[in-house]
Amino acid sequence: MQSDKTIQAAIELTGVEKTFGRQKVLANINLSIAAGKTTIIVGGSGQGKSVILKHMLGLVRPDRGMVEVFGKDLVRASKKELNQIRMEFGVLFQNAALFDSMTVYDNVALPLRERTKLTETEIRAKVREKLDMMDLIESDDKYPAQLSGGMKKRVGLARALVLNPKVVFFDEPTTGLDVSRSNEIYRLFHKTQSQLNYTAVIVSHDVPKIFKLADYVALLAEGEIQGVMSPEAFQLSDHPLIRRYVEETMGPIYSSAKEEAGLYESA
Amino acid sequence: MGLSKPFEKLGDSCLSFLEQSGRMGIFLFSCLLNLIKPPYPLFPVIRQAHFIGVRSVFVILFTGAFTGMVLGLQGYYTLSKFGSEGLLGSAVALSLIRELGPVLTALMVVGRAGSAICAEIGIMRNSEQIDALECMAIDPYKYLLAPKFLAGIVAVPLLTCIFDVIGILGGYLVGVVLLDVNGGTFFQGMYASVEWQDIEMGIVKSLVFGLLIIWIAAAKGFFLHLEKSGGFGAEGVSRTTTDAVVLSSVSVLVWDYLISAIML
Ligand SMILES: Nc1ncnc2c1ncn2[C@@H]1O[C@H](COP(=O)(O)OP(=O)(O)O)[C@@H](O)[C@H]1O
Ligand SMILES: [Mg+2]
Repeated sequence: MQSDKTIQAAIELTGVEKTFGRQKVLANINLSIAAGKTTIIVGGSGQGKSVILKHMLGLVRPDRGMVEVFGKDLVRASKKELNQIRMEFGVLFQNAALFDSMTVYDNVALPLRERTKLTETEIRAKVREKLDMMDLIESDDKYPAQLSGGMKKRVGLARALVLNPKVVFFDEPTTGLDVSRSNEIYRLFHKTQSQLNYTAVIVSHDVPKIFKLADYVALLAEGEIQGVMSPEAFQLSDHPLIRRYVEETMGPIYSSAKEEAGLYESA
Repeated sequence: MGLSKPFEKLGDSCLSFLEQSGRMGIFLFSCLLNLIKPPYPLFPVIRQAHFIGVRSVFVILFTGAFTGMVLGLQGYYTLSKFGSEGLLGSAVALSLIRELGPVLTALMVVGRAGSAICAEIGIMRNSEQIDALECMAIDPYKYLLAPKFLAGIVAVPLLTCIFDVIGILGGYLVGVVLLDVNGGTFFQGMYASVEWQDIEMGIVKSLVFGLLIIWIAAAKGFFLHLEKSGGFGAEGVSRTTTDAVVLSSVSVLVWDYLISAIML
């Protein structure tokens, strides 16, 4: 297990610390993201989940600690190396972060135009393939402001996947969407991951539904990762903070079997 | 404790001033470096030059004409006191080429393009579009900022030329057509008194102003999230844009003095 982990970690955070002004957001983050798997980071609002993602993307530098991606330390990487690593990344931002003065088509085409030497015809084929996958083919000449929240996320996903990345980051992919739109995103996630086999890092609030997609679940609380485990183990964990999180988000039904009877009586 | 408070504040503002200056310097350096490093993005530069330049032409024509006309009027009034209306041509041309052309053009570009650039980049920063660019391994300095710098450095001198020419025609209109100064003397005086070094000063000024305007507007927008007063939301963008416009206008006037003092 141990040796398996060290070989297969796509991303590894070791002792990461980050303070903004006077606020210590990350106290001591140790987290390893298994390659080819889906890892979900859960935790209360404002705990620093997005900040962790930004560390992995090299957008924020840790005050202390190491962020390694494919074995390369992001802090020490030169700009060129960093860009090489980022070529393997796809990111779906919390608010999609589409380029709002470009059409849907141009948004998805931008990484291809700027990062590859493909001709406009080849680009067109690739973009249409991704837009088709996301059921967006009729909206390709619309601007982001003309799209609904769910469509924006789908465009963001198409843009994130257009370079066939090895790792894809999702920051709250379904927050603010209704149930059927969320299910649509999950369906697309599942479909694209089985096609492209990428490593996925998902920050989400959508517990317990998100557990169905997860290989591993990590809880961020009090500036530390409280544990990384399978969704089943997570729901049955004895760790007090994990237990509390599970109970708060899913109710006492899912808590460990030995106390179930007592909880039903008190409720 | 109470006594050290003012000193702490002073130190704080000194530090943040130093930090901001350093940031601005590195920003300018990175932008210019990306400007000379291939590949050269021709199409974005043309688009930016169109935005900064072509779309400012009408404003420049208008302000240039009226500036020249008022120079003609005031110049005639002053010069006729000494009976030297014949000097009107050179007075109009020299004040336009050396001072008013570059400065007023720059101020117009600050109002039109500087504010727009600051707001555009600020909104991109605010809505994580710049982060998104970086995550796609697209360098925002190369992709977003360098074309704007090049466009500004090209467009502002050209606009200044237009301003000067239209201004001189405006002065001609008022002086020669309306106030009956001899047309031949008007242009003769101008040819005789305007020298290469006057033109040179106008060009240097407009180049520096073009750089200054884009620098301040772009940097203010780009570092919106680091603003001390809080660069969040629509209000953050509007406040930062206002700051950028004020700072650019003041810098244009200060540098105008400095360049005049150095080159005279
Ligand atoms: N660039 C920043 N500057 C200052 N504070 C920040 C910055 N980014 C995040 N924070 C703070 O860090 C905390 C965690 O933010 P975030 O990671 O967005 O939370 P969440 O877990 O909801 O995604 C918040 O309290 C936020 O105010
Ligand atoms: Mg967040």
